[in-house]
Amino acid sequence: MSELVPEPRQKPVVPMKPVGINANLLGYIGIDTIIEQMRKKTMKTGFDFNIMVVGQSGLGKSTLVNTLFKSQVSRKSSGWNREEKIPKTVEIKAIGHVIEEGGVKMKLTVIDTPGFGDQINNENCWEPIEKYINEQYEKFLKEEVNIARKKRIPDTRVHCCLYFISPTGHSLRPLDLEFMKHLSKVVNIIPVIAKADTMTLEEKTEFKQRVRKELEVNGIEFYPQKEFDEDLEDKTENDKIRQESMPFAVVGSDKEYQVNGKRVLGRKTPWGIIEVENLTHCEFALLRDFVIRTHLQDLKEVTHNIHYETYRAKRLNDNGGLPPMTVETEENHESNL
Amino acid sequence: MSTGLRYKSKAGNPEEKQDHEKQYVGFATLPNQVHRKSVKKGFDFTLMVAGESGLGKSTLVNSLFLTDLYKDRKLLNAEERINQTVEIVKHTVDIEEKGVKLKLTIVDTPGFGDAVNNTECWKPITDYIDQQFEQYFRDESGLNRKNIQDNRVHCCLYFISPFGHGLRPVDVEFMKALHEKVNIVPLIAKADCLIPSEIRKLKERIREEIDKFGIKVYQFPECDSDEDEEFKQQDRELKESAPFAVIGSNTVVEAKGQRVRGRLYPWGIVEVENQAHCDFVKLRNMLIRTHMHDLKDVTCDVHYENYRAQCIQQMTSKLTQDNRIESPIPILPLPTPDTETEKLIKMKDEEVRPVSAWASLVLELESEEFLQDCPIEAVLGLPTPTSYHCGLLVSGTGCEGCGFLCQGIVAPFHPRHSCPVLGQEFLLSEGSLCLPQADPQLWPQHVPF
Repeated sequence: MSELVPEPRQKPVVPMKPVGINANLLGYIGIDTIIEQMRKKTMKTGFDFNIMVVGQSGLGKSTLVNTLFKSQVSRKSSGWNREEKIPKTVEIKAIGHVIEEGGVKMKLTVIDTPGFGDQINNENCWEPIEKYINEQYEKFLKEEVNIARKKRIPDTRVHCCLYFISPTGHSLRPLDLEFMKHLSKVVNIIPVIAKADTMTLEEKTEFKQRVRKELEVNGIEFYPQKEFDEDLEDKTENDKIRQESMPFAVVGSDKEYQVNGKRVLGRKTPWGIIEVENLTHCEFALLRDFVIRTHLQDLKEVTHNIHYETYRAKRLNDNGGLPPMTVETEENHESNL
Repeated sequence: MSTGLRYKSKAGNPEEKQDHEKQYVGFATLPNQVHRKSVKKGFDFTLMVAGESGLGKSTLVNSLFLTDLYKDRKLLNAEERINQTVEIVKHTVDIEEKGVKLKLTIVDTPGFGDAVNNTECWKPITDYIDQQFEQYFRDESGLNRKNIQDNRVHCCLYFISPFGHGLRPVDVEFMKALHEKVNIVPLIAKADCLIPSEIRKLKERIREEIDKFGIKVYQFPECDSDEDEEFKQQDRELKESAPFAVIGSNTVVEAKGQRVRGRLYPWGIVEVENQAHCDFVKLRNMLIRTHMHDLKDVTCDVHYENYRAQCIQQMTSKLTQDNRIESPIPILPLPTPDTETEKLIKMKDEEVRPVSAWASLVLELESEEFLQDCPIEAVLGLPTPTSYHCGLLVSGTGCEGCGFLCQGIVAPFHPRHSCPVLGQEFLLSEGSLCLPQADPQLWPQHVPF
């Protein structure tokens, strides 16, 4: 195999008449249009994104998710009233929506975990969550290993897990640490400080520093993980986010108020209106930009290339190197799961 | 380079942005995020050219990609070519344009159709394509999937001689042997020896013969209904000009005071990039500017999947036929496993050797999901007894040592079972294949490995 690396503009091999090279003529092949081709294709097929929210009840999880996607994608629970019993184990509720913006369709699935951390004894309450995540990996693996594979395997794997930290102002609670320790290895965790409007600026900065330190001391790698930075550009950008902004201190709201003649999302208190999208008030805008506008694709890729591959390798090794294949015909597609 | 493609939200000026951002979530930037990664990594494309010698294949490839891949080529004369077999020669070139990197691989097939007796001269070519599929299949099923090299052939340009009356028998046989393995784009070579009416007739003839022989050449995908008229018109013209009549040239000649790429004849100049002279521009646009991605997709989604399904079914049927296979490595039904792949198999064996305990798996399997009817019986058309998995499970017992139950899955590569109780490794030939064996005499014997 001969490998040549020529520049795109070449001298002609055998000139018939004595002529020079016209760079314009020989210039443009058109390879960069492949991006446009890919773009058309991906727009047609659409995207899916699965986000999980975990945290004690009352921390504003559903409100935040609704604010993030500017639609009612998550139903707020009004707490447990006396007739309803608090579920004995953590439930997993997945609700899917299709939202569209700028011609791009996204199938968004919000996975809620009511009951997390609400019992008296919260031991192992992360286990149903871990089980759910692994079940999605297993589903994907089975689809991938099928003989007659679907063109686009439906992706139900959890791409991102927002973990809500209670704004105590002191430090992380043992439950937070346990949860994140167990789950940071299987899913991308983004810690978020909920209801940040209860802290002043100084309290906020101090709390964040303490949380960061605690996470580091306990060896918890939250997203964006240091080891997965691909090149220098990513590293510098992610370092900045990791060391300064995270965990994001957020406030969520789905009510609008008039401020300076503009309608903004916010919370109205006797002492002022907290504007959700105002960077001086809270870091919601940073979280939104981070998750949706810059790192959405990266979240999916880390899930697919790293977490899913780890799971798959473990499964293969457990089987003694056998890929778990099922022989199924077209009709029997839905069997065994 | 990447900042141009990536949306960076400057959330520094909240007052101004708020109006604008009111209804705006921001995931419309998702396509750009996707492409940023691809642009960083670069793209690759493998193109195969096939046809008799002297039909202008090398010139055309050079013209398409504006490079010179064949600098040191020696052309053999007739005598030297008598005993030549079809070779497969790969040339790789890295091209960069406007920040987009393309690793282009051209697979050449010198010697095709040149011998006196050309029976099965396409076999080395089909073998090559199958090898690339096989390598990708192994890589994909392996443990380390981070950097899989995709050497599958995405498109095959087949050159038809303009001097005949349509397709010749070797053309038909070649295309029929390859149409289900690769995207074939038939071309009429050296089209400057034909006048327009002859070209039209020849194209019609070839299209008829392609239909008659049931050859499935690459079909251009349908346009979306929401594309604009101009695009639809272009698409229609493209479909109507297949097969493309092409001329290649990398020499620049002077015509009417203009400099064009073309061929100089006493009676005039044939311009390569003139749409009235030949279909080169259509071919280039189709191959590079509009359908490159689709060619790759069809290769992945259709041809590769067909190969994979066939491969798996062949493996299972082979293992059901020979009831007692003693060999540890199952024989894959592929023509020429070369030393490369043997080495790969050995490597994967070493990788996978660490043996783990099955106990947890046993517990998992006893859960409901797995005690269902085995799907394999349905495939093999055999009656399905209830809670029946395989010879191991029939009597409710499993391995004598640890009670390991068959998972009801197919294990094409390493059907081994390590019994933590007996402390030995057993070879499960059919046990892992979930074959129904009503007769206890035929139940898989545990063969110490």
